[in-house]
Amino acid sequence: MRLNLTVNGRAMTADDVWEGESLLYVLRERLGLPGSKNACEQGECGSCTVYLDRVPVCACLVAAGQAQDREVGTVEGLADGEELSTVQRAFIDEGAVQCGFCTPGLLVAADDLIERVPEPSDAEIREALAGNLCRCTGYEKIMAAVRTAAERSGGTSGSGSSAGGDRT
Amino acid sequence: MDFLRPAGWSEALEAKANHPDATPIAGGTDVMVELNFDHRRPETLLDLTRIEQLREWSRTERNGVPTVRIGAAVPYARLIEELGTTLPGLAMAARTVGSPQIRNRGTLGGNLASASPAGDGHPPLLASNAEIELESVRGSRTLPLADFFTGVKRTDMAPDELIAAVHVPEGTGPQQFSKIGTRNAMVIAVCTFAVALHPRRRGVGTGLGSAAPTPRSATEAEEFLAGALAEDGQWDDPRPLPASVTERFGELVARAAAPIDDVRGTAGYRTHALHVLARRTLSWAWDEYRSGTELSGRQRCA
Repeated sequence: MRLNLTVNGRAMTADDVWEGESLLYVLRERLGLPGSKNACEQGECGSCTVYLDRVPVCACLVAAGQAQDREVGTVEGLADGEELSTVQRAFIDEGAVQCGFCTPGLLVAADDLIERVPEPSDAEIREALAGNLCRCTGYEKIMAAVRTAAERSGGTSGSGSSAGGDRT
Repeated sequence: MDFLRPAGWSEALEAKANHPDATPIAGGTDVMVELNFDHRRPETLLDLTRIEQLREWSRTERNGVPTVRIGAAVPYARLIEELGTTLPGLAMAARTVGSPQIRNRGTLGGNLASASPAGDGHPPLLASNAEIELESVRGSRTLPLADFFTGVKRTDMAPDELIAAVHVPEGTGPQQFSKIGTRNAMVIAVCTFAVALHPRRRGVGTGLGSAAPTPRSATEAEEFLAGALAEDGQWDDPRPLPASVTERFGELVARAAAPIDDVRGTAGYRTHALHVLARRTLSWAWDEYRSGTELSGRQRCA
């Protein structure tokens, strides 16, 4: 089937989509957007986290056809051209990345958290990232990065990215 | 594979009548796992995410009781945000589901249709005497949730039926839910227990999860506790519960279970844990009742 959807603000079309494949497969294999990672394929690890109509979801659990006419935001849409988003910059500055595989999912989840909760407590950060597994950092630097991103966003509306769309 | 995308409810019912073998999909948190792992290859997927009325809830009255009618495709995240004070037990259970990403997608209707013995939404619904509304082109019927589950991942649904909604009587007293798992997120329950005090009708509701082939209530425990509370005049003049009452309640809850050994836990552990969860949740609920929150539905953090 043919699939029409908006990804990171751009209208896109994918052809020959198999009805049973996931949105994640469409993004990575048909639309050339490999930022969202494919790991557990069962919603456990969060490395495929994307925005679907501005709500963070596991792209591996969205049937391709369910994304028809919907708005998808991926990690590729967080930066504004060459300029990294606040959350991305904070992850680099705090060294919150090791192998980097979980990072795209964490960035989207963290971006959403700061958009919804401009000054998150540690408990809120942990809860917001509970669906994203990282096997190398030990999470402490990720926590630090989210705190830093929140501070830099100045408790105002969100982190300045556009992947989640303009929700103000 | 066919992918059917009905835009409205009657269209969905017609599609299900014409394709009784179609697999309904909403949040995809169960169905997509089966597809991704090639455990299942349905000929037809029936997408329910475009049907607005399935994503709505409303306050109604059933048999004179204030009731919330929850559309089958309302996701857990909205149960937490929008129904936390009206249906506290269900909201507590919803908070323990998966992760934020899963709660944004997973739906109460999917939880019921999957009919896993470990479904987190089932125990609080049983404790509140919820009913389920099924519909097909032949008409609509509503049955008690306890009659809906017929076996492990089996339900009373006919092949042409879809779940329209769940009807949950509003709480009139404290409700509690507790779940055992290896961490605080992304956990399939080792076992769960829900209790609801119903001061208006002087009753007690319970629900056990991951403790038998189907979710079930501990009827004997409910009757024992309601009787003990009535006998001691506790509803009108609540005092601390005697240890003999909480202990007996725990015993009867554990006795209602028929668990198995599996990868998540042994039958012996589950039985023991249910005994503990029953006493613990009852003491939380009773403390709340004693502190006079009968109608406020105030809740503790999950």
